[in-house]
Amino acid sequence: MRGKPLFLGRKGYRARRLRDAARMLPVLGLVLVLLPVIWAPGVRAVVGDAIYLFMVWLGLILAAWLLGRGLMQGDGRADEGGDDAL
Amino acid sequence: MPFNLLVLSCFAYVALLFGVAFWAERRAALGRAGWLRSPWVYTLSLSIYCTAWTFYGAVGYAARSGLEYITIYMGPTLVFVGWWWILRKLVRIGRQAHVTSIADLISARYGKSNLLGAMVTGIAVLAATPYIALQLQSVTLSFNVFASGAPEGWVLAGRDATSVWVAAGLALFTILFGTRRLDAQERHHGIVTAIAVEAVVKLVALLAVGIFVVWGLAGGISATIAQIAASDLAQWELKPGRWAGLIMTAGMAVICLPRMFHVLVVENVDERHLATAGWAFPAYVCAMSLFILPIAVVGLARLPAGANPDMYVLTLPLAEGQGALAMLAFLGGFSSATSMVIVETVALATMVSNHMVVPLWLRLRPAGEVSRGMIMQSRRLAIMGVLALGWGYYRLSGGSAAQFLPVMLGGIFWRGATRAGAAVGLSLGFAVWVWALLLPSFGQGAVIAAGVFVEGPFGIGWLRPQALFGIGGLDPLLHAVLWSLALNVGGFCVVSLLTFPGPVERMQGAAFVNVFEVDATAPQGWAQGKAAPEDLLVMSQRILGDEAAQALFAQLAAGQGKAGYLPDPTPQVMEQVERKLAGSVGAAAAHAMISQLAGRSVVTVEDLMAVAGETAVAMENAARLAAREAELTVAAQALAQANEKLTQLSAQKDAFLSQISHELRTPMTSIRAFSEILTSGDVPAGMVARSGQVIQDEAARLTRLLDDLLDLSVLENGAVQLTVTLVNLSGLIDRALAAAAHVRPERTLTVIRDVTSEQIFVTTDADRLVQVLINLIANARKYCDAATPELRIAVKQRGGRMMVDMIDNGSGIPAASQSLIFEKFARLADETRAGGAGLGLAICREVMANLGGSVVYLPGQGGAAFRVVFPMRLARAAA
Repeated sequence: MRGKPLFLGRKGYRARRLRDAARMLPVLGLVLVLLPVIWAPGVRAVVGDAIYLFMVWLGLILAAWLLGRGLMQGDGRADEGGDDAL
Repeated sequence: MPFNLLVLSCFAYVALLFGVAFWAERRAALGRAGWLRSPWVYTLSLSIYCTAWTFYGAVGYAARSGLEYITIYMGPTLVFVGWWWILRKLVRIGRQAHVTSIADLISARYGKSNLLGAMVTGIAVLAATPYIALQLQSVTLSFNVFASGAPEGWVLAGRDATSVWVAAGLALFTILFGTRRLDAQERHHGIVTAIAVEAVVKLVALLAVGIFVVWGLAGGISATIAQIAASDLAQWELKPGRWAGLIMTAGMAVICLPRMFHVLVVENVDERHLATAGWAFPAYVCAMSLFILPIAVVGLARLPAGANPDMYVLTLPLAEGQGALAMLAFLGGFSSATSMVIVETVALATMVSNHMVVPLWLRLRPAGEVSRGMIMQSRRLAIMGVLALGWGYYRLSGGSAAQFLPVMLGGIFWRGATRAGAAVGLSLGFAVWVWALLLPSFGQGAVIAAGVFVEGPFGIGWLRPQALFGIGGLDPLLHAVLWSLALNVGGFCVVSLLTFPGPVERMQGAAFVNVFEVDATAPQGWAQGKAAPEDLLVMSQRILGDEAAQALFAQLAAGQGKAGYLPDPTPQVMEQVERKLAGSVGAAAAHAMISQLAGRSVVTVEDLMAVAGETAVAMENAARLAAREAELTVAAQALAQANEKLTQLSAQKDAFLSQISHELRTPMTSIRAFSEILTSGDVPAGMVARSGQVIQDEAARLTRLLDDLLDLSVLENGAVQLTVTLVNLSGLIDRALAAAAHVRPERTLTVIRDVTSEQIFVTTDADRLVQVLINLIANARKYCDAATPELRIAVKQRGGRMMVDMIDNGSGIPAASQSLIFEKFARLADETRAGGAGLGLAICREVMANLGGSVVYLPGQGGAAFRVVFPMRLARAAA
């Protein structure tokens, strides 16, 4: 955005990267969930897949929890949105 | 388990929900919402995503297709963990634009277009009614499970009867708590809290059944895993297309379903709640799906082969003799069904009312009054209509809500998206969906002839419903979703690129896409607002209710620094009123209503003007500044005049002080001198008499001076007592002339009168009026410098007031002095003829003021002229 410094301080930089991570999380989740398709589509064992999927699920929940806390702490609102344009 | 008990506990549960909803509404009304607004209640309310279908049907799904059931939860999980991206923007836009439904959002984004709002509403109603039907059906089914097991109570009148009663009960609840308030931004605390309670019930119920199955029946975790591995479900087929397609569809549905949009965006009280919901909602659905597979496996193993796997959650505990657990499971399913139906119905009813009924009403009756009561009524009717549709509809079809996604995401992330593009995309996608999924779902040969499935309509092969463009062999659902979305996105993008958006649309687009950047990019739609503030207030009162509307207007007026309830109808005010109304009736309807008041019905022309509006506002401001400046100049001039007069008065006062001491000293000097002569003794008799006479005269003069001063001060303080009588004006003038005759008796003053015109009776204080007349006549005798002085007395009567003019033929009073002669102690520079202390005219002025009239100098009469004006009838109250 115009009128803003090109480089940020350490704290602001961290906050920005946290938001990047928040945006990357669903993409990562999608890749992990679609992974079985790439491994071997067709007939598969239920137990192994169930354990894998629930592990991915829990991992996503945990990551979202940690990111959410971080995002709310760094919720200065002062410079938000600057990097929201897609 | 006795069926009666089941019905009884069902009623008790419903009563509890009513109680919770009432309690929450009361708390919120008292302003003690407190934890009702916590992120946890918000997250739990989102659980309406899990309907009765997911509660009961997921187990059946797992029994048939293995792990594929996870897709319906995985899609939403991915959307929610990525809340920072899309959900946060949606919620922010929803709050800023006072969005009431998904139809409202899309209509507002594309230039408050009513067409799009109605389209989205239509699609949503068509898509949602099957789901509602399914919920009602599931409740009926679960009742039947109990009824068939133990028909010891009353026998069911049939499943239709059950679903009718359920539908009626839900309609009552929804109408009671869903149409209580009009402003959707005020939110439905009652419903949300009741739904949060239901969310807890269904989670607890499913977990309880799951725990019972895993630890009670299967014998622990590892034993369960072993049992799964050994069962028929040990293998499942992963179909890549369905797997990816269903995850995507579920992810889209979680934002686009009207009920999800409602709890997610409309009922959101705080954006930060999303941070909690971002992980807690995935955790909730994860917990909901944790025990699905074990229940399916154990159910398959333990229940007879013919049992419906969709009802395992209920039949498994029942078969194992766990009545209480079965009851809990039943309530869980009941909760899932009712909460979904309630919210879906509220959302759809809002959309139908705002985007179909109100616009139609406005169009049919352009001068028609849209009232709060009418909107409420239409919403209530819509609730009943939606539920009736759902009850009458028994077919399932999916994937239609996803049609909103391209238009919605395009709307909030791409400024180039246009109304025409959105309309084309939506219609294309919907048409494909109807052709490829809805119509075939009725069965081959039902709506579409069987031949068309094989050869296509009119023999056009690439239009076959389940093999569009020659791509056959796909799963029908996936095929329909794929093609409808592809054509939807394609049409939307291409038409958006080719068309040019209208002004309102462009501003709304900028406001939506850049919602995080500037809070004030709200469109200035009313740059030349002409609506009368009264009309605005009247209309707002009808929609928002008297108190809320008056509070809003008082606040707006206060914002402009005005007291009362009527702010100037500036563009900002109109904009705010429109937004507030939009919170009640939707953006398009609010826009139309204000358009009506502002006398503008054509959108395109006026909005072109609105683009130029900022210039107009700037010019208006400049004009206002200029006016203010002119005002200030006038005020400064008045101040300068006042200052000049004050300076003159001050000089006069100084002059007076020396004057009064002189006035007082002159008689005193004479008195002292002559009294010294008298006291020295040895004075001739003639001298004594003369000296005594002088002393007497001078003393009288002093007394007169002091009397005048006293009189003046009494008059000025308004403490004078008037004696009002009925007198003849002519007689008064006679008295005044006679009394004034002793002033400079050596001079002869010719008096010219018109005695006939003086024959008027007036009600006034005769003595005081005579005092004024004497003074004026005496002045003429004293100061008229003509060789043969003349005084003309003219009496006129004008509108209940008498005018007595006294005009002499002297040289008059110079213009510079005219404004001063009525001041105290004013005497003209020429002091040679001075006789009084300069109090005469000042006293006259005060007397006349007390008589309700005035005395003024009348310039341009060829001599000194005074006009005395007084009312013919002095009101006694003034005395």
